[in-house]
This record gives sequence, C-alpha cells and structure tokens, in this order.
Amino acid sequence: MRMKTAQILMECLLEQGVDTVFGYPGGTILNVYDEFELHGYKDKIRHILTAHEQGASHAADGYARATGKVGVCFATSGPGATNLTTGIATAYYDSSPVVFITCNVSENLIGKDSFQEVDITGISMPITKCNYLVKDPNTLADILREAFAIARTGRPGPVLVDIAKNVTAAEADYEPLPLAEHPNHGRLAAMLRRASHDLKAPEPDAGDIQTLLDMIEQARRPLVLVGGGVIRSRGAVPQFRQFIETLNAPVASTIMGGGACPGNHRLFTGMIGMHGSHASNMASNQCDLLIAIGCRFSDRVATDPATFAPNAKIVHIDIDRAEIDKNVVTDHHIIGDARRVLELLNAKLPAHDYPEWKEWVFSHKEVPLKKDDILHPHEILETIQAVTDGDAIIATDVGQHQMWCAQYYHFSRPGQFITSGGFGTMGFGLGAAMGAALGNPGKVVVQCTGDGCFRMNCHELCTAEHYNIPVITVIFNNRTLGMVRQWQNLIYHKRFSQTDLDRGPDFVKLAEAYGIQGERAANQPEFEAAFRRAVASGRPYVIECAIDKDAMVHPMVSAGTPVTDFILD
Amino acid sequence: MNELNATRRTLSVLVENAAGVLSQVSRLFSRKGYNIESLAVGTTDDPAVSRITIEVMADAPMIEQIMNQLRKQFPVYSVQELKPERSIRRELVMFKVKAETHDIRNEIIQIANIFRASIIDVSLKSLTLALIGDESKAEAMQKLLEAFGILELVRTGMVALERGAYTIEDETKEQTEFNLGKNFL
Repeated sequence: MRMKTAQILMECLLEQGVDTVFGYPGGTILNVYDEFELHGYKDKIRHILTAHEQGASHAADGYARATGKVGVCFATSGPGATNLTTGIATAYYDSSPVVFITCNVSENLIGKDSFQEVDITGISMPITKCNYLVKDPNTLADILREAFAIARTGRPGPVLVDIAKNVTAAEADYEPLPLAEHPNHGRLAAMLRRASHDLKAPEPDAGDIQTLLDMIEQARRPLVLVGGGVIRSRGAVPQFRQFIETLNAPVASTIMGGGACPGNHRLFTGMIGMHGSHASNMASNQCDLLIAIGCRFSDRVATDPATFAPNAKIVHIDIDRAEIDKNVVTDHHIIGDARRVLELLNAKLPAHDYPEWKEWVFSHKEVPLKKDDILHPHEILETIQAVTDGDAIIATDVGQHQMWCAQYYHFSRPGQFITSGGFGTMGFGLGAAMGAALGNPGKVVVQCTGDGCFRMNCHELCTAEHYNIPVITVIFNNRTLGMVRQWQNLIYHKRFSQTDLDRGPDFVKLAEAYGIQGERAANQPEFEAAFRRAVASGRPYVIECAIDKDAMVHPMVSAGTPVTDFILD
Repeated sequence: MNELNATRRTLSVLVENAAGVLSQVSRLFSRKGYNIESLAVGTTDDPAVSRITIEVMADAPMIEQIMNQLRKQFPVYSVQELKPERSIRRELVMFKVKAETHDIRNEIIQIANIFRASIIDVSLKSLTLALIGDESKAEAMQKLLEAFGILELVRTGMVALERGAYTIEDETKEQTEFNLGKNFL
C-alpha cells in the first residue's frame, strides 16, 4: 500500500499495540502530528500533550514501568530532542523499555546548523540501547519494528528513532505485518540470522544451574539479593517467590527490586546498601552464599565493592553478560532471563531451612520510629499503605522521600514502585506517576516528592488537570534539599551550603492555580483526612506535608565504606 | 585498572559497515576511560562488514569488561582478543626522511634494504619509505632514521589476524553468553 511515511509511522505504532503516546509537537514533527487529525489516528492512539518534553519522556517511562509495555514518546528536533535526554538516560539506567521518536530537519538541512537542528543520535548514543537516523522512507517501517523489538526484549531499554522531516512527507510502500511475524522479516530477520545461535530463547546453561544448586547444598548462611531484573522479566516474580519459599533463606532487595518479594514477607530483610536495613547489610556481611538475581551491584548497593559480602561466594544471575564482574568480582554466574533461570532452579531445588541463620539476621532491629504530634515521614507512608490497603502505586522523585518510600512502604507486586533508582533524576515523579496512572486506570497512584524535586517539574500539574489523571501528589516539605542537607549534616560539619529552600511557591495555591485541589497537613490525623479526601475525589490532588527540616534517612552508610559501617547520629 | 598488569592488547571487532558505527565503538573506549593506542578500520571480504582492529593498554579484567560492552552494541557482530602468541600483527609505517645528498640517499636505501622497507617516493631533498612490521621493527627503523631528520611519519595502526585457520566468529559458550549481552528477542 502506498502512503505517506508519517502515516506508516502511525500504522507501525498500531502494529505494536500502542494506545498511548506522550509528546510535544514542533516544526519538524508536524507531518507526524498531522496524521492524528488528517487520518483520524487520534481515535486509535491517545496523545497526551505534556507541558515540557522532559515530562513526556518520564511519563512514557512511567507508563512502561507500570504496565510492562513499551512506552512511546514524541518530540521535535533540536531543543525538543535535547529536552528528552534526561528522560532517556533515566530509562536507560533502570532498563525501562521506551521508544523515543524525534524528527530532525530535512536531509538538505542536516549538517548546516539549521534552525532547531541537533545531532540527537550522537547525543543519545551512550544512553540508548540503539538509535537510528532515518533518511530513506522505505526503511522506516522496518526500523520501527526493529526499534520496538530491541526496546522490549532481553534487558529492556530505551531506543531512539530520529526521522528527517522530508522523510515524513515522502510516500513509501507499506505492507501491514502482524507482530508475531516481525522476527521473520527485514532487518530483524537479518540480525537474527547473523547471530551464531538462536537468540529467541536465551537458554541458561544447565551446568551453570547445577553448579549453583551444588553451592546451595554447601551453604549454611545463604542470602538472596533481588534487583530490578526480576521486576523487568515478565513472569519472573511468581518463580522468584516459589524460589525463596523453597530456599527459605533471608531475602534482601535493591531499590529497583521493590515488589519482587512482598514487603511484609517473613523472609524479607528490606533494602540493602547505603540506606539499607541493619538486617540486610549485616546479612550481606555474614552470609556464606550470596545469590544476586538481576542486580548490578551499583555503588549504592555495594558501597565498597572490595569488602562487599566478604565471607560469601557470590553468584550473579543476569541477562546481561556485561554486568558480570563489572562492579563486584563474582564466584559464579548464570546468564539468562530471570524467569527461565528461576524456573530451572525451582525444578530441582529441594526445600531448605536455616533457622539459626534467620534468627541471627532478623535479630538486627531498626531504630524505633518516632511518634509524637508532628508529622513523620514513616507516618505518611503507613497512612497511604493503610488507606489504600497497600494497593497504591507509588512514584517518587529522588532523595530522602524516595528512601523513605523504599523503607516504609510494603510493595507487593512488580510495577508498583516507580522510581529513578540508577540515574537519580529529580523531577521524574510527576511525569512518571501520570504515565503509571494512565496505564493502570482505577488504581490509586501516589506521587511522593520533596519540595526541591517537585519544583523541578511541577508544571506537569496542568497535564494531570487537563486529562484528569488522578495522581495524588504528596510533598514531603522540609523546606530544604533534604538528602544533600543530610550529607552536609553528617559529613560537611553542618555547613548547609545552598540547600535551604526557604522560598515559594505556596504549593496549595500553586495547585489551585492549576485548577487542582490542594491541602496542607501538619500531623498524622490531618494527613489521613486529606489523603482520604484525595482518594475519594478521583481527581489530581496535592497534599503538602510539613516535615522536620532535620529528619534523616536512617540507617546510613557513607559512600565508599563497607555496608556495615553505619553512621550514627 | 591495575597499571602494573596492563599490557598492550589487540581486539579484533567485526561490525556493520554503516555510518556512526566507528564512533559508537570508539566512544565506548573513551566513556569507560580507556585510551586507544592504535586503531585501524576497513571493509572485509563482505562489503557490508567492516573489521576494526583496536589496541589498548589494559589488564585482564578490564579487557574482559570492554569486550562485554562492545558485544552489547547492536552493530557489533563479533569481538575477540588476539593473543600475541596466537596471532600476527602488522602495521604499515611511512617515513619521509630528509635526504639532500647522494651519500645520504644511499645510506638510507641501505637501511631500508636491511629492514625490507620499500622506497615509495624520491625527490632531490627527500626519500619516503614504507615499512611493514610490528612496533619493535618500526621503532628500530625510526631510531636510525632520526639521525637523518624525519620530515613526516604516518602509521596505519596495527592490523592483526589469528594464526592458522581460526576465524573470530568461532562459536564458543562464552560467545553465546556474550551475544546474550545484546539482550534481544
């Protein structure tokens, strides 16, 4: 069929089952946007117009994380494209499948520093799995099919497709191709042929599986460490839960692994690392076998790689060979999809129990939580948990409130905790929460944020209001850049350089200016009442919570020191 | 990287012959903080495939890491380290040497003969020599020619192949794992 390339793009999105696109139009992407009206694609694909391209990038990312589907984001050339970069990097660091589609200036203008021209494929090279510059109208469908396949499969991640404007206006032949047929055609088929083995089923090595089973038999103090790989791998969570029930050993989690093991599970020791629980960090220090699944031992987990799990044989299960021995030197590894590896392990693993080891691990208690007449961070999260029966999706920005969410909210399913773990992007939360809410109609979605983070992208409130996306924004307002202040407090001898945020806006009035209901809460009963009203409203809502300026995230371990060297007040 | 264990290592990389691939490969090195000592690139018997030969100063874990990262790139088809004892490495070096008298020209030609270098250009004031060899041969010749005055020197970068009938696409378990690094389908 002969059609305009811009229309082919829309057809390719439909082939992929895309129903929601986040974006912002501009000069070079006009032909693509025109298709929403010209051929009525707005009836098949919902376009969410954000306030800023960065918001669109985070929304597409949040949508992908919360649904497991590929997120899609549109932007124009030049500044439109560069505004995406923080969002692309955020998706890349947390292995979130997003296809970014940008249009560039026409081919005859490329390389001439034309108006709104930028080399976005060059810029995004280190933060995408793969990227493309499309100059031939006949290749677009093929490239888009490849782009989606690459974003979605294996270790997921962002892919960028940049299309020259003249290409979007040109005509080309388009033959519809069902999704299942994509690997048998065009570039995808060629790529699969080139590979020296069957890439479709990355089968873990049976010998490697047996080695781990043997190591488990030898172990007396095993610890499971679960990371984001188990969340991203479709169908891995039930296998993971069966695995830990059979192994019956303590389970620690990275921030990205939140939801793999239910937060209130008897074997769960909590988060590990810089702000990890005493139980997790002490267990990592004393275990004799560490089974790490789908994590990458980042510097926030293995704060000092040389002393991480010093008494243990470390086994690393990951889909990405390049992660093995990258940060921490391991004793054994299994390459494969978490679901498949766990399935093979479950088939052979006999039931175990380690009563003494568990007793020792769980004997490490946390510092008791404060309860008085001011509002404490843990009370906010406990209230959200209680009111929503632990079902709410939590999206966060970055900093203290993010750590409190990871510590105090009990996540129970994948896609429930949407947070920028790897890249640590302030301003991620609101966009991501909108994406998560659009992908999960009927679920309560709460954006937990700090006053510093919220100010970075709060203009997206207009998007939430316009499309009536019922995101409840809970601002942990301590009138300071809390996490940085915490470091200044503990490490920089209380020299609070440039972290005081003693300034506007009045967040309640700001919400009202955007046409959104806003409230303030200074203690737990006030917060609970406000939060219940927010849930009942079914509308976007802002609740500003007054938090103590010197509230800290505990426990804490300094960067570069062993995970058991807790900083005390 | 452990500087003490760092040695000069040769990587042979087969890539898709397309725009941007060389920059994708080379910037991986700079991103990870590895300095490229030598780089040579050209098409293979298949015009759709290019071979990049890269030399870096690296220790064993570091070369392992960079190979893993390279294999993750979609335009990269295969990567192998060519161990010195199992491979042959050659580089073409061209020297333009000052040679203004008959005697000097003769002397340089003799040196060229000893090194089996060829004279590829001659003028009344200079001689240009082409030498094929590894770095020790090139260095030795360079030292000798410095006495006459080297006007210009250019090297192609090392190219290398494994000895015998092996090719770098031989299938091994490791390589299967590496291909999984592409994380695809």
